[in-house]
Amino acid sequence: MSVLIIADHDLGKLSPATARIVHAVAELGPIDVLVVGENAQNVASDAAQLAGVQKVLVAETASTTDTDLAIIETLAQSYRYVVQSAGSVGRDRMPALAARLDLMPVTDIIEILGPNRFVRPIYAGNALQTITDNQPRHILTVRASAFRAAATGNAATIETVESPTASVARLIATHRTESDTPDLSTAQIVVGGGIALGSAENFQLIERLAKKLNAAIGATRAAVDAGYAPNDWQVGQTGKIIAPDLYIAIGISGALQHLAGIQGAKKIVAINSDPEAPLVKLADAALIGDLFEIIPQLIDELDKAGVR
Amino acid sequence: MKILVAIKRVVDHNVRIRVRPDGSGVETQGVRISMNPFCKHAVEAAVQLGEAGHGDEIVVVSIGPKAATDVILTALAMGAHRGILIETDTDLETLAIAKLLAKVVAEESPDIVLLGKQAVDDDSNHVGQMLAALTNRPQATFASEIKVVGQQLEVTREIDSGRETIAIPLPAIVTADLRLNTPRNAALPMVMKARSKPLAIRPVAEFGVDLTPRLTVEKISPPPERVAGKTVGSVPELAAYIAGEVSQMEAL
Ligand SMILES: Cc1cc2nc3c(=O)[nH]c(=O)nc-3n(C[C@H](O)[C@H](O)[C@H](O)COP(=O)(O)OP(=O)(O)OC[C@H]3O[C@@H](n4cnc5c(N)ncnc54)[C@H](O)[C@@H]3O)c2cc1C
Ligand SMILES: Nc1ncnc2c1ncn2[C@@H]1O[C@H](COP(=O)(O)O)[C@@H](O)[C@H]1O
Repeated sequence: MSVLIIADHDLGKLSPATARIVHAVAELGPIDVLVVGENAQNVASDAAQLAGVQKVLVAETASTTDTDLAIIETLAQSYRYVVQSAGSVGRDRMPALAARLDLMPVTDIIEILGPNRFVRPIYAGNALQTITDNQPRHILTVRASAFRAAATGNAATIETVESPTASVARLIATHRTESDTPDLSTAQIVVGGGIALGSAENFQLIERLAKKLNAAIGATRAAVDAGYAPNDWQVGQTGKIIAPDLYIAIGISGALQHLAGIQGAKKIVAINSDPEAPLVKLADAALIGDLFEIIPQLIDELDKAGVR
Repeated sequence: MKILVAIKRVVDHNVRIRVRPDGSGVETQGVRISMNPFCKHAVEAAVQLGEAGHGDEIVVVSIGPKAATDVILTALAMGAHRGILIETDTDLETLAIAKLLAKVVAEESPDIVLLGKQAVDDDSNHVGQMLAALTNRPQATFASEIKVVGQQLEVTREIDSGRETIAIPLPAIVTADLRLNTPRNAALPMVMKARSKPLAIRPVAEFGVDLTPRLTVEKISPPPERVAGKTVGSVPELAAYIAGEVSQMEAL
């Protein structure tokens, strides 16, 4: 029996998370990928290249909660696993799908121990639950940040599936953040800024350093609430979960809800005026001082060191 | 309009929890307990809708031990009109919670059901979506703004690419994110008044829902510890550290 992965995509591109989900569940069985979306052919051919994918199914229709659910529910009958990344779409759809099928989902998986044994964090990552799921079928969301990406070079077949027409939900407006920085959830380097930046204008210091390092930009909830950064930059329990090779946290105290989002970071750098800040205590390299003095100097020094 | 709000009693979000050494769970004895923060935003949203003339009656429901009357009283003090405690001493799975709430929805026929987007203990982020599926009502999750427009809701949702605004017909299910509003602190007279508002305590068995867990929690363990931090003395030292990390990444 096999695995159906629901692809995440945005602006006609397959999200980098999907390749990681494919890799994460490779041991669970042969994989089909479902793409729901308008003009989804590019997304589908990206998905067809991922190693381990057997077949890509395409439903050419606008993706909304009820449309997606109707399509997935029909397909779900033929799969043992239905899996999506634990991003905002997967979180919205998978619990509803599970309830329709009278199943308990297992969500935010960070480790797969076997065909029905999974590890997921609770209490903002301060405890880990090891779960056995003895249900006949499994509805899962997986944290992309916890896994590596599948290789490419495959050429899976692409098939079209029926899609229902009407959705009860109507999209009125999108407010997206224009930014050419890498995808936050899967970036190798992330530069994060906190409330200490003091204004949206000053937050551009974070953006300058990020650009220098070709890094994604993160922010604390406090910085987002204050309007210094858009909501999709928020990292933490209620924001994005990241696991970069390097996280540079600037003017961030390290509240446990923020730490929940960065537990997978390999190396952490902190710049903070307070030597007692929790993030300073756990950083691999912390510099104590005023960020407004440090960042411009740091950018100069990185230039001198010939970084990118 | 009638609004139903589901609220959960959880370990306070500021508590640094401790995992029991025997792996059986998280220590919840003697720690501060409060209303799940997301639920507070849901209650506040209901009260604000009421104040704007969109809610004649606000009912709050919590599923949990007798002690959960505390969080119901907090919601009543914030402005809800009536409370229901579905009493159980067992920790229930989210599917069972959603099934119980579906029974309440069938009894109360609310126009809007508000929930938190997630409970900060199990961090599931399930119940609102499950309730929508079980009651066959449209859902708008992760709301940062809610407007009533005729027989529709216009909800702005926080999503991975930013925000989007959708319209869904009533009756509907909405889950609250933290930027939806600023929950009020109830003034003393409201706290006093809350005690005289109706609060029904009903045993969970009354609802005839199969509560058998579907999943087995083998163990609860602490996360791996990070090695203690180090400080560097100067900007050039920090730059050298970062440059070193970057060149290691490029070498791979
Ligand atoms: C239910 C819930 C969910 C939450 N979810 C999230 C989440 O997902 N993500 C998140 O980030 N937060 C979340 N929070 C909020 C969290 O609790 C903290 O309030 C927030 O992370 C603090 O942000 P901060 O570090 O920017 O601000 P602060 O905690 O105020 O820290 C600012 C830091 O900047 C330092 N500083 C000040 N001036 C300077 C300077 N000139 N130079 C250098 N350093 C300076 C200070 O020493 C301090 O350490 C959540 C809270 C709740 C209740
Ligand atoms: N025991 C409960 N009683 C009442 N509401 C609950 C309960 N558990 C969860 N909820 C509601 O469902 C939301 C999401 O919870 P969860 O899916 O557990 O993360 C919470 O914010 C509450 O609104």
